Parts: sequence; structure tokens; C-alpha cells
Amino acid sequence: MAQLTLHPDEIKIVSKRFGQGATDINRYLELDGYKAAQKALAMSSDEIINEVKASNLRGRGGAGFPTGMKWSFVPKESAKPKYILVNGDESEPGTCKDRPILEQDPHAVIEGVIIAGLAVGAKQGFIYIRGEYRYLVDIMRKALDQAYAKGFLGKNIFGSGKQFDCYWHTGAGAYEVGEESALMESLEGKRGIPRIRPPFPAVVGLWGGPTVINNVETIASVPHIILMGGQKFADYGPPKNGGTRLFALSGHINKPGVYELPLGYPLKKMIYDVGGGIPNGRKLKAVVPGGSSTFILTAEEAEQMNMDFDSFAKRGEFLGSGGVVLLDDTTCMVKFALRIMKFYQHESCGWCIPCREGTDWLKKTLTRFHNGGGLRKDIDNIKYLAQNMLGRTFCPLGDAAAIPTMSIVDKWRSEFEAHLEGRPCPFDPAAKITELPVVGAH
Amino acid sequence: MAEVKNVTITVDGKQVTAPAGTLLIEACKAVGIEVPSFCYYPGLALQAACRMCLVRIEKMPKLQTACTVPITDGMVVATDTDEVRQARKSMIELLLGNHPLDCPVCDAGGECELQDMTFKYGAAESRYMEGKLHKEEQQWSPVVFFDRPRCILCYRCVRVCGEGMDVSALGVQLRGSSSVIAPNEGDHLNCEECGMCIDICPVGALTSGAYRYKTRPWEMKHVGTICTHCGDGCKTTLGVRRSDTGMDIVRGDNRDKSGINGDFLCIKGRYAFDFFDHPDRLRQPLIRKEGRLTPTTWEEAIEHVGKRLREVRDSKGGQAIGVIGSNRATNEENYLLQKFARTVLGTNNIDHQRTTDFAGFVRAIAGKENITAAMREVASAPAILLIGNDPTERHPLLAWNIRNNVRLNRAKLYVVNSQSIKLRRQAARFVQVPAGSESKFISFLNGDDASAGSLTSAGASNDALKQLRDELKAQKDLVIIFGSEVQGADISALVKFGSGLGAKFICLGDYANSRGAADMGLYPDLLPGYIALNSSQNFAEEWGQLPSAKGLGLAEMKQAIKERRLGALIVVGPDAPDDLGLELLEASDTFIVTLELFQEQTANGTYASPQRNWASVVLPAASAYEKAGTFTNTCGDLQLLKKAGDITGIKSDFEIIVRIAERMGADVHKLVPFGQGVHADMGQTRGAQSGEADRHSVWLAANGLEPRLSPFDPMAILDEIQRLVPGYDLSRLNLLAGNDQHMHAAEHSNAGAGSGLVQISPAQDSLFTSGTLGRYSKVLNDVIESHSLANKEVMAD
Amino acid sequence: MSPVRGDTDQMPPISEKLDKFFDEKMKQYPTKRGFLVPMLLYSQDEVGYITDEVIAHLAKKTELTELEVRNVISYYSMLHTKPVGKYHVQVCTNISCMLRGGEEILEHCKQKLGIGNKQTTPDGVFSLEEVECIGGCSWAPAAQVNYDFHENLTNEKIDKVLEQYRGKT
Ligand SMILES: Cc1cc2nc3c(=O)[nH]c(=O)nc-3n(C[C@H](O)[C@H](O)[C@H](O)COP(=O)(O)O)c2cc1C
Ligand code: SF4
Ligand code: FES
Repeated sequence: MAQLTLHPDEIKIVSKRFGQGATDINRYLELDGYKAAQKALAMSSDEIINEVKASNLRGRGGAGFPTGMKWSFVPKESAKPKYILVNGDESEPGTCKDRPILEQDPHAVIEGVIIAGLAVGAKQGFIYIRGEYRYLVDIMRKALDQAYAKGFLGKNIFGSGKQFDCYWHTGAGAYEVGEESALMESLEGKRGIPRIRPPFPAVVGLWGGPTVINNVETIASVPHIILMGGQKFADYGPPKNGGTRLFALSGHINKPGVYELPLGYPLKKMIYDVGGGIPNGRKLKAVVPGGSSTFILTAEEAEQMNMDFDSFAKRGEFLGSGGVVLLDDTTCMVKFALRIMKFYQHESCGWCIPCREGTDWLKKTLTRFHNGGGLRKDIDNIKYLAQNMLGRTFCPLGDAAAIPTMSIVDKWRSEFEAHLEGRPCPFDPAAKITELPVVGAH
Repeated sequence: MAEVKNVTITVDGKQVTAPAGTLLIEACKAVGIEVPSFCYYPGLALQAACRMCLVRIEKMPKLQTACTVPITDGMVVATDTDEVRQARKSMIELLLGNHPLDCPVCDAGGECELQDMTFKYGAAESRYMEGKLHKEEQQWSPVVFFDRPRCILCYRCVRVCGEGMDVSALGVQLRGSSSVIAPNEGDHLNCEECGMCIDICPVGALTSGAYRYKTRPWEMKHVGTICTHCGDGCKTTLGVRRSDTGMDIVRGDNRDKSGINGDFLCIKGRYAFDFFDHPDRLRQPLIRKEGRLTPTTWEEAIEHVGKRLREVRDSKGGQAIGVIGSNRATNEENYLLQKFARTVLGTNNIDHQRTTDFAGFVRAIAGKENITAAMREVASAPAILLIGNDPTERHPLLAWNIRNNVRLNRAKLYVVNSQSIKLRRQAARFVQVPAGSESKFISFLNGDDASAGSLTSAGASNDALKQLRDELKAQKDLVIIFGSEVQGADISALVKFGSGLGAKFICLGDYANSRGAADMGLYPDLLPGYIALNSSQNFAEEWGQLPSAKGLGLAEMKQAIKERRLGALIVVGPDAPDDLGLELLEASDTFIVTLELFQEQTANGTYASPQRNWASVVLPAASAYEKAGTFTNTCGDLQLLKKAGDITGIKSDFEIIVRIAERMGADVHKLVPFGQGVHADMGQTRGAQSGEADRHSVWLAANGLEPRLSPFDPMAILDEIQRLVPGYDLSRLNLLAGNDQHMHAAEHSNAGAGSGLVQISPAQDSLFTSGTLGRYSKVLNDVIESHSLANKEVMAD
Repeated sequence: MSPVRGDTDQMPPISEKLDKFFDEKMKQYPTKRGFLVPMLLYSQDEVGYITDEVIAHLAKKTELTELEVRNVISYYSMLHTKPVGKYHVQVCTNISCMLRGGEEILEHCKQKLGIGNKQTTPDGVFSLEEVECIGGCSWAPAAQVNYDFHENLTNEKIDKVLEQYRGKT
């Protein structure tokens, strides 16, 4: 990974130890490591949960669910073991912000797992890291070994008499496995097919036991919250959107990179100031605010947005996963829609009809469209397909595929029209028509 | 169990009350509101995959799947709004996008849920222009074919195979739009070949090797009858067409699910009807002339048989004639056969192959009310003890019921067996005992701790045995099922143990009507209903003089044949034991009549059967699918056998017996109560002064039954059975409606009947064999061959 | 009913060390199959791809049928049941990479290696695959060769990377 970019507006909390050798436990300890876990050991489980509630920490995986509330759903008494499961499957296109945490500060994740375990009364945690991130698996294995060697994990953690075990796990290539219930299936050694909910994982999760599932960044924020106090963390962000988060800027931007900025940070500033603006003097056309599953913004919309959950929720949209992708005015939105759909088609688990068939037909239709074979009725048909997926699929992957597609058709309809009737892609000077419309194939 | 309270919801403005926790889709069904579904299947795991059942529930942000939402009080549901209809329509459009639409040549055409839904919810507009995915059809086993593009991925097959059958031969592979159902051996199946996957497939993706491309569903007549194979009594619906030879059975399935077997059928019930038109099927009577079996006419054959039997009876007496009845003949035929033996031939020399000790069972339970369990109870009993047998192989429906009872109702299963049978996987406790020590185990149950010594092994510790006994003793409503390993006094001991707990029993016998054969008195010492010969008043009053001496049993008949003491022998049914030793008799002068389904034809046009080249006359008989009547399954459940059709040249055992009796000069009216009651004959015509009423017609009138007009109508004999056999008090309405009714002949017999030790010879059939019938089933032979081939390949690996 | 596959006397298809490692990890899960997905991936790393023998071995270890193991394998895009090159070049063309030339990098690799997507060079050294987002978005365009990340790629840079690997053979 490239160097760790810095900008004066950054507030380094989760990224505090980046670049400081904190993968080694001794260095981590020097940097206030494992203090939060020890503090938490002296707290009651309700106290921990209340601290996290006070922090207004919301899930960094994408959905933004209040973490303290999620933890409080775990039943106090349970016949089956409870589990903490860290979601390090990071596969949402445009998103690469868990990677630096796992790379630079693995102990923060382990410490967060211990604290979450103390909060909900779990004795075991699993850290699931996507298969492609093998080097991070290796880093995590070493970190876990060190934590065991120091007695921070195991039968008697920090000499408290309490037991807590934490294990690593790895995937083998599947975006859908990032969805929390599919994640559990995968961890149980199965195909990554989501589960029917309710019951929610907090009540019936891994092997039937109550399970807290949190994103890597969410979990890594927890030790800081315990140390600094929930209120302080909350104060970094606007109301109900506590703290900072890692934003990964990518695409057509001068200074791509991962920046820790407070929630509510203006997107315009993020692009033009933090990110250094659009390269080659081009104009901004569109922004993917938080990974490919979010509604895509026009440049004008983007300049109005603040980067917190509720600003987006107000519009019925989503802040997403922190992956901010910038598109300049040379970008063909039809091609962009196609590339996104190709991804969802490839990653659909195939369980339910609307997602399995919908992504497949959308990919086929968009491919033909981009290759010059588009018909006018296809434009509505693309939207119709996406609309029929939205809210009707088994898990949110179907929504994730429908959302960007619908917003592209709605906002850049003219670009679809520009491709019609055998015209080559207007954004690609070398474009050739490879597919002419065939009428009445069915 | 805690009482489940009822809740009330509103669906499309209608109030529905159902127990809390009922799935919304089921609650809707209860008030006649159909919510469409592909993936939902009652009794199988919920999937929420097809999204056809989306409905609008007030206060919920999105449409919800009715197949997964349990109802809660006050829920307000809309199933028929524009939004919901649009959602359904779009699902169908998406499915049809890649569907080949080869309906005109698809086996499922006309019986396809996708077709029906398209018709109902409409998806006429095609929105796609790309080509459809094409994949060649694959053959996975002799009976299972897979056509991938037709598959809509409802996962029903995968679940029924895994959850229902505990076979798990099907899986889902790849993902996304490439997802595909896959068989366990890469390109083929290694499984129990039950065909449940085909039956449950809502479209034509899984098709039957036996049926595919043969006909269209609407060209068949569908006859719901009872399977002729094992003793469980599954209903199988035969699809029948007319053909040159009378009829053609093209398929078997359980399409109306109304039978005792619900969703289930095994390979035999589904496919092994195909013996019916085997090339060796005999279609005309044969008479041995100059040592050779030669085709003849029915007239000549019956005349000949009648004459010869009369000669033997008149010269040597009835005791010189033996009769062997059949485990696959109907109740009516077996009843008639023993009546014929006793009243026309004048002999008690009648028996059948005893595959289990029903007589011993009767001795043990006679007089005890409510002590036998019906097949349906096995699906709901809270606890089951299974001693001996391997139901997976020999009683597939019983195994299905046990498995699914454990899975769906958490029933406790206890298995005691000398082999590690497959049902151990469902067992709460499995104890493996040495072969032949079932008797010791029963003593142990009754408190004889000393017998534990010979039972213990690695698979059964002393503690395990004791725990098992303790748990059993704590069970209420236990059903105890035992195989032919338990006989005679052991059955009594087991009943002693179980009846103390209020348990019910099932005694497992092989073949479709072995229980019926026993109930109908195919015994040398027992009349129908296990009535002892010396308390035969009821029968004697109607039939006249009956031979009083105990007749010869099967083994004794064999001996008598060897010693040339038997002048004639009648053998009914294809499954008369091959080991009668009758081949010795080829040169003897014993006159042997067999009622057979098959006879190999040799090159020179004569007939021979390697196993049974001993008959003097062979009469071509109908199989169970070519006649009507009733069967009683191994539990004692009576069901109606419906005739699928006629095969030219073949007669039922029933008709053959009546004709022989008639040729022997018997009064057919006395043998078969037909024609009685036609003139409202209430006793008057035979003289009021004698006071002798026609009991049968009085009974018919009292029971609201029609008089029978034909001597070949088995219902006439059923009337008599119902009237004379204790415990056969059935409802005709139920019978004709196709329902099963539990009979109680065993409990109602007069105790002490039947003598002690007899030879029990179980059929030893497996899932893929079925006595003689199995040998003539192409499907079964193909499956056996393909499985042995697959095994050989594995060994060579 | 079902024949027992796999000769029990045969050498396991994976090293003893790996097998021991699996045994240890499996203890951390309440069910035998818990560690299945990592076991498949690690076995593939050692053997090159997931062979029938590996499937039989892991099926036995996890007390699953081979069918169940295959169901799992076929779900995950990193698992292969056919050999791939010694160096598996995975070029991301997802949005962030596409916007910064990921497709051109893929095209360049095709030319350079003389193979298409999901193909292997005749000498078995390289195979090429167009992959979905690998988490290199802010350092796009990105690619992985086996598990190593290579980022901020240009045609020249990928040439050097490929050369390096070729040098290792
Ligand atoms: C298709 C799909 C993919 C997802 N992928 C990820 C992922 O890679 N990482 C992640 O943390 N959350 C992912 N999520 C969100 C998780 O389901 C879940 O909400 C999250 O892990 C909860 O953690 P949080 O509350 O800390 O965000 C995904 C969700 C969906 C629907
Ligand atoms: S034939 Fe029966 S046992 Fe075999 S796969 Fe199909 S459903 Fe399962
Ligand atoms: S029946 Fe509910 S989703 Fe299929």
C-alpha cells in the first residue's frame, strides 16, 4: 500500500497509530495499547454499552446502525455461547479503508473484540478477513499470537480470571460473504448464502448463539471510545453521527488515499481540498459517495452534501462504506453502470430470483447497450428491472445493484440516448459498434 | 407443551384466526387466499428464495415473504394489490427470461407450476433480446434426468433429498446466475432413487427416466391405487393409457398426496409398475401336454382344472389337496381362496409364505384394545422403539415417517438392531446387539438384568442399555415397531413390557398384503380374523360343514409332496416361495395349478420357468394394478385397490377361483354372496315359518349397501368379510373416498389361537428388489446394474 | 449405500505440517466444518489447485460428503479445481481501477503474456484473471500476483512486475 496521506483536517483516532510500527505488541503497548481493554475489565457490561451508545458510533460497514444499540440487543442469558464476529471481508468496490487498519493496527481490532466480548458476555471472537488479504491474515495471526503470549487472550485475560479467545478466519473470494448473515454461513464452512431474518444475529447467530457482527473500523474505534469517553468521540461529529471515519478517495482525483475525517465533513471540501481536486483540469461529473451500492450523486448534488449518515438518510439515500469515487466528465455513465452491474452479476449468490436473474439481465442489456445495440425501450427496461429488484430481494445485494443503476438512468438518461440507434460510445473515440440491435429475438 | 394461543389477523379484509406462529402463507391458505410460491414447501426448510409470495404487511417498510413471516395478533395483510401483483409478475418475467419455453415437449407441460403462474399472473411481454442459456440435458441415473435451463432453483429437490430422505445426493453449485443443482457423483447420482426430487420439482427440470417424452398428462387416466410392493401400503397414482393389449401404465406418482404416504413414494411405488408388460408376462393359460406347457384357451384350462381337482377331492378327500395363498393377492381373493379350500375342496391345508409372525403377534395382543398403531401414527408418535428390520431398505414409507417425525416433531427414536442401519442417524439412542439376541434384549427390557451380559459390546454398554430401558419406561404413547427377528414368545414378552406403558405396536411383514393374507385366514389352523378352528360357529353357520382338523402348513405340504401324499396343489401368486422343492415333482402325478404373472417362453414356443418348471396348469393372473379390492398394510390399515385397466387374456385370482369352483360344481351363490338382497329378500321367500332370514341381505340393507350383481365382484366378498371377520368394521364411504382405515382383526381374535413354532421366511428384499415382481421390473434391474457398475468403478479407482 | 471413496492408506494430498495446522485450527470451531473455507484455500496454495484427492481428504476430515465440499468450493471465486499458472495475475477492473486505467493494464497483460482472461501460459508460469475489487481503490490501478499487491500500476510497472516473477522461476 502506498504511503499514508495526511491532510490538516484529518483527526487521527482510528488511524492514530498508522505508520508507527504498532503491529508489534510492544510498540502497540507504548501507544496506549490494551489500556482500553483493561479499563473495560473494570466496567460492568452495561457501562461499556452505555459508553458506546454515548459515542454515537454507527456501523462503518455501510449500514450505519448504532453500535451500542446493536450490542444491547444481545440477550444477557443464553444457553448457547455468544460470539463477536469482525467483518473484514471488505469487498465493496471503492472501499479500501479496513485494509490500512488491519495492516497498521491489528491489535486495535483485537482489543476492540475483547471489549465487545466483555460488553455482551461473549467468550469468543472471530476476525474474518477476506481471502485476497492474505498478508493481512498473516499480520493478524502474528498479532493474535502475541496477545496470547502476553496473556491478553486466553483463559485468564490480563489476570482478571476471565476467559476470552479470539481467532482469525479467512474467506476465499466472495463479496456477498460481507453481508452479515452470509458471513456467518461462510465462517461455519458453508456457501455464503444469507440467512432468513428475523432472527437477527444478535439473538441467533453463529452456531445458533447470539452474535455481534461489526465492521473492522467499527471495532477498531471501540478502544478509543473507551479511553477517551463516548461523549468526546461523539462530539467530533454532528448529532447522532459520532466521531471520525476513514474515507477512501479514489477515481479521478489528484490525491487519492485514505483520510480520517470527522463525520459531517463537507464532500466538496473533501474533493477539492483534501483530495486536491480533479486531475488534468477536467470537470467533476459524478460522485459515488460510499461504495458502489450507494445512490450516485451529480457534481452539483455532491457539492451540497455533508458526509454523515443522516444527511444522506434525509434524501432517502446512503452514506455507505466510506469509499468515495470521483468521476470526471470523460466518464461514460453507461459504461460505468455496466461495470457496476458486471460486478453484482458476478457476486450475486444466486439464491433469490430477482437478484440472480435481475443482475444477469441487466448486465446483458447494458453490455449490448454499451456496444451500440441499445433500443429506446431498453432504457426504461433497465430502470424497470432495477425497480423490480429494489426492496424485493432476499438480502440487500439486490438493492445494492439496483440503486446505482436507477440513479444513473435517472440522472444521465441523455447519455443512454446518446448511445442509441447504433451510435458508438460518445466517450470513447476508438469505440466501434460491435453489436447491432436485433429485434424480436424472443 | 405450552398451549399455543390463537391470534387473529386480517388478510384482504378477511379475518383469519390461527395459532400464533403459523406462517402467513398457511394462514392465508386456511381462508382460501392463495399466495403463490415456488420455494415454499410445507415440511421443508424455509428458503424465501423465489420471492413469489411477497405481500404487503401494514407497518412494514418492504414487501414481506409470506412464507417466512409468522402471524402476530392484529397483523393487516394485503395479498392482491397492484404492487403485489406487479412484484409477482416481475418474478415470472425474470424466470422466463432464461427459461427455454419448450413447454410443448416438456414432460411437465400441463402440470407445471411455472406455466400455471404465468397463466395466472401474466408475463406475456418479453423484455429481453439476448439469447437464452442452453445446456444439454443430463442423465443422472436410470430414473433421474436433469434439464438445467428449465430449473428455476427453488431448491425443493435438494431439501427433499437431504431433509426428507436423509440422502443428500443433491447440492447447489456455483453461484449467481450460474447456480446449478448438482448430483453427488459429479455427473450422476448415487442415491436411493426414490424420485422424490422429480415429484417435487415444480417444473420439468427433473424428469423421470421411466416417463419422459412418453405422453402428455392430459392423455392419461389417473388411477389412485395401492402399491403392490412392500407392506407399507403407499398410495400410488398410475397414469394409464389405452393400448393394443388393453392398457399401458406410463407412470406412477403420488400426485394428489392424499394417501397414507403423503408426499412420499419410493422407487418401487413410483417406477416398479413396469413389470406389468414385461415380455415374459403370460397372456394365455398353459396346460402341460406331453411334458410341455402349451398355450390353451381359458375354457379348456378351467374345465381341466375343475375336473382334476374334483377327481382328487372325490377320490382321496380334501386332505389330499393343498392351497398356497399369496401375500400380494387382495383381501377378497385370499378370503375367497380359504373359503374355497375349506368349503369346496374340504381342506384346511392352506397356508402362505409367512414373512413375519403375525399369528404370534395376535396371540400376544388378542383381547387388548387399542394396542396396534396405524402407519399415520408413526409420523406423529412422540417416541418410537424400533427392534430389528431395516425400514430404509424394506419399509421405505415407515422409514420416511420415522425420519420426518424426528425432524419435524422432535420425536424420540430408539433403535435396537444387529446392524448399524441407516435410521440410527435419527436415533436418540442406538444400541447394536449381536444378531439373534433380540430375544435377550426383550428379557432385559422386562427386568432380566442378567441378559444384559450377552448384549453388551462396543456398540452397547451396560449403561447404555439401562439408560435406554429407563428412557423407554418414561415414554408415554410409545410406538414399538419390530421386525421378523422378534417371534413367538418374544412378541408376548415385548407386549408385556409395552402394554404396561400403554404402548402401541406394529409388526413388520413383507409384501403388499401379507397382513391381509394373515387377517384373511390363510392358515391351516386359523379362520379369517385369526379365529380358531374349534370356535368356527359363525363361519360354520353360514358356510356349512367345515373340516375340523388342523390342515397342513407350508412346510408340511412340502413334506407331503415329497412323500407323494398330495394329489393336487394350488399355488396363487407370483411370490409363492421358490424353494417349495416342487421341482422334485416333475415326474410325479401331483396335479399342480399355479396362478402366475410370468412364464419364460423358450425358443421353440413352449414355456418354462427355470425356478418353477413344475406346474401342470398355469393360469395367467392379474397383478394388483389390474384388479380391484382391498389391501391391509403391515400396520393393519385397510385401503382400496383400484383397477388401472385390463390386460387382454388375463384374469384376476378372484375370477379364476370362482370359475374353478363353479366348474367343480360348487354353488357360486354360496361362495360369493352376490345377487342376494336384490328382491328385498328379507327371509320371506325361504319361508317365514322356518324363520331363516337371508342374513347377508339383511346386513346389506342395514348397512345401506347395494346388492352385488356379479359373482366376480370382490365387493361382494368384502361385504361378507365385513360381516364375519371381527375387527374389520370399516366405513365404505371412507374406503371409497380413498382413505385408510385401521383394522383390528388381531385384537378381536379369540385368544390362544394358532400354534407355536412355524417357519418364518422374510422376503429379504432391499430397496431395489421386490421378490418375483422385482425380477421383472426393468427399472429395478437398470438401477441395480447402474449401482453395481458405479461401485465397481470406485473399487477400480 | 454410498461407496467409500478415497483409499485410506494413501498419503494425504497435503503436507503433514499443513494437516496438523488444520487439526489445530479446527479445534477452535464448534463444528468440524467451521474451518473448511480456509482449509480449501491453504490446500490450494500448497497443491496448486483443489484436486479430487484434496476434496476427498477434507471431506473426510470434516465429516462431510464430497458433494458438500464441492458445493462450497464452487461458490468461492478464489478456489480452483483446475490448475492455474504458478503466478496467478489478477487485474482489477472494477470502478476505481477502471477510472484509472485498469482495463488497459489487463489488455496489456493479455498482450504481454499472450493469453486471455482465465488462461494460462503454455509454460504454466502465468495465468491471468480479471478480478473484482481487491481493495486497492485508492492506489488504483491495482493487481495481485498470487497474494502480493501491486498498485498505482502503469504498463511499464506491470512489465517490471511480470519480469520479476519470471525471474523467480
Ligand atoms: C452485499 C453486502 C456486502 C457487505 N459487505 C460488507 C463488508 O465487506 N464489510 C463490512 O464490514 N460490512 C459489509 N456489509 C454490511 C454487513 O452486512 C453488516 O451490516 C456490517 O458488517 C455490520 O457491521 P457495522 O454495524 O459495524 O457496520 C455488507 C452488506 C451487504 C448487503
Ligand atoms: S431420487 Fe430421491 S434420493 Fe435420489 S436424489 Fe432424487 S430425491 Fe434424492
Ligand atoms: S415461497 Fe416465499 S420466497 Fe418462495
